[in-house]
Amino acid sequence: MHTEFLMGNAAIARGAIASGLNLIAGYPGTPSTEVLETAAKSRPDGLYVEWSVNEKAALELAAGASYAGARTMVTMKQVGLNVASDPLMSLAYIGVKGGMVILVADDPGPISSQTEQDTRTFAAYSKLPCFDPSTVQEAYEMIQDAYAYSEKYHTPVLFRPTTRICHAYASIEVKDEAEFAVNTPEGFVKDSTKWVIFPKLSRNAHEMIAKREPVLSADFSGYSKNRIADSSGLPSRNLALASHGASFAYTMDALSLLDAEGISQAKCLEVLKISTPYPFPEELGLKFLQAHDEVLCIEELDPVIERELTYIAGKHHLNVTIRGKLTGDVTPAGENSTESVAEAIRKLLSGAGDSALSAASAATGNDNPPALPVRPPVLCAGCPHRASFYAVKQAMKGKKAVFCGDIGCYTLGNAMPLDMVDTCLCMGAGLNIAQGINRIEPDTTAFAFVGDSTFFASAITGVVNAVYNQAEMVLVVLDNSTTAMTGHQPHPGTGRTMMGEIVAKIDIESVLRGIGVKTVETVNPLELSAAVETVKRVAKEPGVKAVIFRSPCAVLVKPEKPAVIDPEKCINCKRCVRELGCPGLVISEGKVQIESALCTGCMLCSQVCPTQAIGKGGQKE
Amino acid sequence: MTNILITGVGGQGIVLASKLIAGTAMKKNIPVMSAETIGMAQKGGSVQSYLRLGKGAYSAMFPRGSADLLLAFEPGEAVRMLPWLKKNGTAVVNTHAIMPTTASLSGASYSGEEMIAYLKERVENLILVDGDAACRALGSPRALNMVLLGAAVSSGALPFTVDEVDEVMRVSVREAFRDLNSRALRYQ
Repeated sequence: MHTEFLMGNAAIARGAIASGLNLIAGYPGTPSTEVLETAAKSRPDGLYVEWSVNEKAALELAAGASYAGARTMVTMKQVGLNVASDPLMSLAYIGVKGGMVILVADDPGPISSQTEQDTRTFAAYSKLPCFDPSTVQEAYEMIQDAYAYSEKYHTPVLFRPTTRICHAYASIEVKDEAEFAVNTPEGFVKDSTKWVIFPKLSRNAHEMIAKREPVLSADFSGYSKNRIADSSGLPSRNLALASHGASFAYTMDALSLLDAEGISQAKCLEVLKISTPYPFPEELGLKFLQAHDEVLCIEELDPVIERELTYIAGKHHLNVTIRGKLTGDVTPAGENSTESVAEAIRKLLSGAGDSALSAASAATGNDNPPALPVRPPVLCAGCPHRASFYAVKQAMKGKKAVFCGDIGCYTLGNAMPLDMVDTCLCMGAGLNIAQGINRIEPDTTAFAFVGDSTFFASAITGVVNAVYNQAEMVLVVLDNSTTAMTGHQPHPGTGRTMMGEIVAKIDIESVLRGIGVKTVETVNPLELSAAVETVKRVAKEPGVKAVIFRSPCAVLVKPEKPAVIDPEKCINCKRCVRELGCPGLVISEGKVQIESALCTGCMLCSQVCPTQAIGKGGQKE
Repeated sequence: MTNILITGVGGQGIVLASKLIAGTAMKKNIPVMSAETIGMAQKGGSVQSYLRLGKGAYSAMFPRGSADLLLAFEPGEAVRMLPWLKKNGTAVVNTHAIMPTTASLSGASYSGEEMIAYLKERVENLILVDGDAACRALGSPRALNMVLLGAAVSSGALPFTVDEVDEVMRVSVREAFRDLNSRALRYQ
C-alpha cells in the first residue's frame, strides 16, 4: 500500500484495475468521464478501453465480455443509464460470468445534468445490487467489494457515486501493483439455456432474483460499509440519523459543527450509514429502528432509505417516527450541505440551539455586499458554434422558424444575445422534436442543431425517421471534431480510439447521403456571408436537408493573434458586443475592447462590424 | 485543521494552485482533501476549490465561516465567497477585475473598486495583490496563479514555506514554466 492524492473518479478506476479489470467501455458524461480516462491513462497490459458510440453499445459490449469471463466496467452519467436501460433490464435476468460493474454517476443539484434521477431507485427497479460510496477512500475500497459481490452472485452490480465523490480529491491508501488481482477470462462457453433470453428463462430468472433478494439483504446487513456510526456520547434513544453517500459525510461534519456550537445532544446521535440501498440491509435497519423513537433520514435525490425504514417499521409494528424528504424535514430537490444538514438536525433538537451561536452568524461578509457580477456559463471566445448560430439567425431573420437544440456545449446557444435554442430535451431528441413541431405547424421552418458526438450517439435514427416519413426539416450538424463539453473525447468522426489507434473516420456527410438526405452542404461557419447564404439556399429545398458547419473546437486549436480594434474607425456602436456576446469583447471605460487573453482571432466580430474597425492582430507591427 | 477556499473565474489557473497546496501538504504527511467545480460551470463561470488540510473532517466542502484562508483570483469573486471566511481569517485578493460578458451586454459597469472597498471595511487580514502589474513585471499572464499562491504562503496562512511549495511545483509542471513560476512564487 502507498498514499496518493486522487480524484474520486480516478480512485474508482484504480480500484477496478486492482480488481483485475479486463475491459472498460462507456460514453462521456459529467460527472463520470474521468473514470474511463484514468483507466486509459494507467492502462495495464490486457485491459481494453473504449469510448463507445453510446451507453447502450457500451453496456452490451461489456455484457459480451463478461459472458466470456472478463471483469468489466461500463461508465456513464445518470441519464446515460436511460439509454442503456434496455439491455440493463434484460441483463439483470441473464446475469454474467466475469464480474461486471455498471458505474453510473448521479448529479444532485443538478450541477450539469438534465434530471435529478436517482440510480438507487433504478437499482430497485432493475433488481440489481447497488453500491453508494461516501468518500474517495471508500469508493476505492468499495469498487473492489463490488466485483466480489458481482462474481459471488453472478450478476452485474450498479455503483453510483455522486458528483461530490466523483470530483472530490483526497490523499488515500492504494494498493501497489504487486497486490493487484489478475483475472484470465475463460472464454465464452455456449449454452443456449443460459445466454438466450426467452419467456421461460425470464420466468425462472424472475423467481431466482426474488429468492436472491433476502439472501443479498442478509449478506449486506453484515457488510462492513453498512454500519451504525457510534455517537461519541451516550447514544440517544429519542433521535437518530440515517444517511448515505456524500450526505453521510455532511451529516458527520454537521454533528461536529453542532457540537462546536455547544449543542451537547449532537454528541449522542447515532448515524445509520447505508452503502447498499438495494437490496436494503433489512436486519441492520430493524436493529437500528428498535433502538430509537425517531429517525431523521438525510438523503439526496430520492427518499430511498426513508421509504425502506418506513416499510420496515410498518412490517415489524415498530413505534418509531421516520422523518426526511417525505415529511418536509429535508429539501426534496437539490444538494445537501453540512449547513443544511446541521439546520435540519437543529430544528429537531429545538430549544437546544437557542443560546448557541451558529457558525453562519460568525461569518464575515453577510451584510449588504455590492451587486455581484453575474457569470452564467457562455460559449468560449472563438467558439465556432457562436458563428453557426449567428449565421442561421441572420439567414432566417423575419421568417417563421423554430430552433431545436440538443445536449452539448451548444446548448449554451440559448443565452442572450444569440437566443437560438428553443427546445432541449435529451441526447438526440432535437431532430424528432423538430419533425413533431413541423407536423402541427407546417408553415414553420424546423431546424435541429446537433453536435458531432451527439450525432453518432443518438441522432442517426432520427435522420432515418425524418427521411423515411417524408418530414420537412433542416438538420444543422455542428461539427467541431470532438466531444467538447466533457473534455474532448474521441468519437467515430475523429479517427482516434482510446487504445491510441489512428483509424478511418466515419464521414457525417456520407452517412447523411447514405440515409437519403439529398441536400447536404458543408461550410465553415467563421466565413459568415458564405455560411448565411448556404443556410438560406439549403432551407429552401424540400424534405430533409442538412448543413454541416465544420470548424474545430476553439480550445483544441492554437489560437491566432487576438483581433485589434482601430480606434479611429470604431464608432463605438457596440454592434459586435450586442450581436455576438463573445467573452473576448468587453466594454471598458465606455469603449469596446478586445480581451486579448481570451480572443482567439476567429474574426467573426470583424464580419459584423459596420465600419471594418476590427482587424487581424499582429498586422500593424 | 486548515480550511482553504480558492475562488475565481474559469481559466485563471485555480486548479494548479489547488494541486500544489495539496501536493505540498502530502509531502509533509498532512492528510488533505479537496473539491472543485468542473463541467458546465467552468465556462467563464465562478469556480471554487475547497481544500482541507489535517485530520477530522469527512467532506471537503466546509461550511460558511470556516475558511482560514480565502485565496481570491478576482475581487468580485472574493466578495461572493467572503461568507466562507472565518473571523480573523486571511484573505489574499487579486485587485484586477474580470468583466463578465453579461456586464458588457447590459452596459453595466463593474470595475472591482467597489469590491475592494467592501473587503477593506470587513477583513482585518486582507492582502491585496495587483495581479496585473505582477504579470506584466514577470512577463507572462500565466504567472498569476503562482503570484497569488506565493502571497498566500508568505502570509503565513498555510502550514508551509514558499521553498516547500516551489519544490513541489518544480516536479509538477513542464520545464518551460518552472523558472517563471519560481519567480512568481517569490514576487512581492
